[in-house]
Amino acid sequence: MRANYKVELASGIFLLLGILAMIWLATRATNYGQEIGKDSYEISARFGNVAELKDRAPVKIGGVMVGMVEAVELDPVTFEAVVTMRIDTRFDEIPNDTSATILTSGVLGDRYVGLEPGGSFEVLEDGDELFITQSAVVLEQLISKYLFNTQAKEEAEE
Amino acid sequence: MTDSAKIAAALRPLGDTGRIGLFLLRMLGSLRPTRSTLVNTLQQTYLVGARSLVIIMICGFFVGMVLALQAINALEQFGASDQVSLLVGKSLFRELGPVLTALLFAGRAGTSIAAEIGLMKATGQLDAMELMAIDPVERIALPRFLAGLLSVPLLTAMFNALAILGAVVFSLGVMGLDSGIFWSKLQTGVYFDQDFMGGIWKSLVFGGLISLVAVYFGYHARPTGAGVGSATTNTVVLSSVLVLIFDFIMTSFFT
Amino acid sequence: MSNQTSECAIRIRDLVFHRGDRLILDHVSMDIPRGSIVAIMGPSGVGKTTILRLITGQLVPDHGVVEVNGQPVSSMSRKSLQQFRKGIGILLQNGALFTDLTVFENVATPLREHSTLPEPLIRRLVMLKLHAVGLGGTEELMPDQLSGGMARRVALARAVVMDPGLMLYDEPMSGLDPIAVSTIGRLMRETNDALGLTSVVVTHNVRQMSKLADYCYILADARIAGEGPPGELLDSKNPAVNQFMKGQVDGPIHFHFDAEPGGWNLLQ
Repeated sequence: MRANYKVELASGIFLLLGILAMIWLATRATNYGQEIGKDSYEISARFGNVAELKDRAPVKIGGVMVGMVEAVELDPVTFEAVVTMRIDTRFDEIPNDTSATILTSGVLGDRYVGLEPGGSFEVLEDGDELFITQSAVVLEQLISKYLFNTQAKEEAEE
Repeated sequence: MTDSAKIAAALRPLGDTGRIGLFLLRMLGSLRPTRSTLVNTLQQTYLVGARSLVIIMICGFFVGMVLALQAINALEQFGASDQVSLLVGKSLFRELGPVLTALLFAGRAGTSIAAEIGLMKATGQLDAMELMAIDPVERIALPRFLAGLLSVPLLTAMFNALAILGAVVFSLGVMGLDSGIFWSKLQTGVYFDQDFMGGIWKSLVFGGLISLVAVYFGYHARPTGAGVGSATTNTVVLSSVLVLIFDFIMTSFFT
Repeated sequence: MSNQTSECAIRIRDLVFHRGDRLILDHVSMDIPRGSIVAIMGPSGVGKTTILRLITGQLVPDHGVVEVNGQPVSSMSRKSLQQFRKGIGILLQNGALFTDLTVFENVATPLREHSTLPEPLIRRLVMLKLHAVGLGGTEELMPDQLSGGMARRVALARAVVMDPGLMLYDEPMSGLDPIAVSTIGRLMRETNDALGLTSVVVTHNVRQMSKLADYCYILADARIAGEGPPGELLDSKNPAVNQFMKGQVDGPIHFHFDAEPGGWNLLQ
């Protein structure tokens, strides 16, 4: 039951085509090629509230993506959310007094981390933590705060 | 019908499942890393895989176009037609690619595997092998099973690739959307390990299911013309149903 | 006793076999001497093929033993059964050629599977066997391009390519034209004598077998109705044997299935 040469060749071509299609899809149509993987360093920041920030959410400076969120965890002692981020090594001169904010793209869009560079001459290195952070703006809290404030003002005026 | 006959009838699907499972074990038990297994598997990969290629690619292309068309129609109402590639890509990689490829494969290759083995049985070829001390499970069933397992993920990848091309042709060529946005949405929104690999795992399971069912029904076909006919029908019906059931199970457990 | 085993290639003792509730073989015993062509004859559906399958170990008897070269077949392990089958050549009904392989590859299959011979040697052996059955030059054809008689001869070449010590034939002549029948008959005799084989032929073709076989068993109603050299059987006084050999409608053997249930009940 020897397969003849033509059949072997055809199945070889088929296998090759299939694997090429996989590679093409993986690199062109998924985030595989965009992965911030080996050439990156890790920084972290603590927030009181990260809202619905997810893993792999973008980290941006001035609206340009420089890295992505690696993990969102809760510190069991302080009950703060600890966000670990991977930043591409191309951006290795970010000052260490940079501040981090949880922002929303558009009115109802996804959450992302916005970095606002400070003025320090020291740069961030692998494992550093950002100390100046600003939590997510949660729409419900905002609305209830506004209602509460106006109510309190009215009461004070009376 | 007596009670015991009713119980027996109710338990029959369970018995079938058991027999198919045992057949799988028997096939895997006969797996030996020999050159002839490899050559036979490659040959079957050509017969079941490469010959399904054209139909898979044509279907993939049109599915991609229609997905883009529907997505743009729906998204335009929210002024979000930029998101079309994300919608097409996610639904393709996660669901449509693996499932449609599997269903096409069941119709194109599953039937031909079942009919071929059934006919071999009807003409005494399997018997002849057994009497030559050649294990027909190892010789006939196993290479076809392995070929199906190998082919379906590859066919799924080609289906997806052609569907993405179809979506490109429609949304960039016909609707004139921006190609930079199209690709960057794919590259930021479609996740390699969840969406892409999830689809590959699914298609691997589907490939195994279909070729197992086809090989089983072919091997256990009654050795008559009608027996071979019902083996092919059973193959398409059971493997299509199993693909959809397992799709639900895998989607709900692994995502 | 030991003398007897060495003379007999196959010894069948007290064989009982049921298919479902139906009794197929009822205490059947046979001795098949080495080097001879033995025919097992009988009307269709009487269990002739069952005997072949019991000899090859594909079926296991309910009672009794089948010994081939002194070894009981039913107690063989899977591995020794495989080993045992490599020493048997079998020509199945209709030949059972592998339809997806060429004639050459069909004949070469047992060699490729069970030997590590180099390709040129395989080629020589296969061509030798193909020439022996008079089909040199057909090696590149596919089985569906062959006539029925040619396909049967290719199957014969495939069956003897491993030089077996025992040949089993299941209806080797059915569905062939008279010339092909004689050709196959002559080839069977030639291979048997040239290779020193023992041959067992299961058939209902009385005329050919009376010319070809050295010894005949006639099965009827799950038992051996008669045995002996074909010449003797033709003059047999036994009514069942006589009916079968002469092909008469009336006699102790029921040819109508409808007529059987009474008979089966009596036997049980």
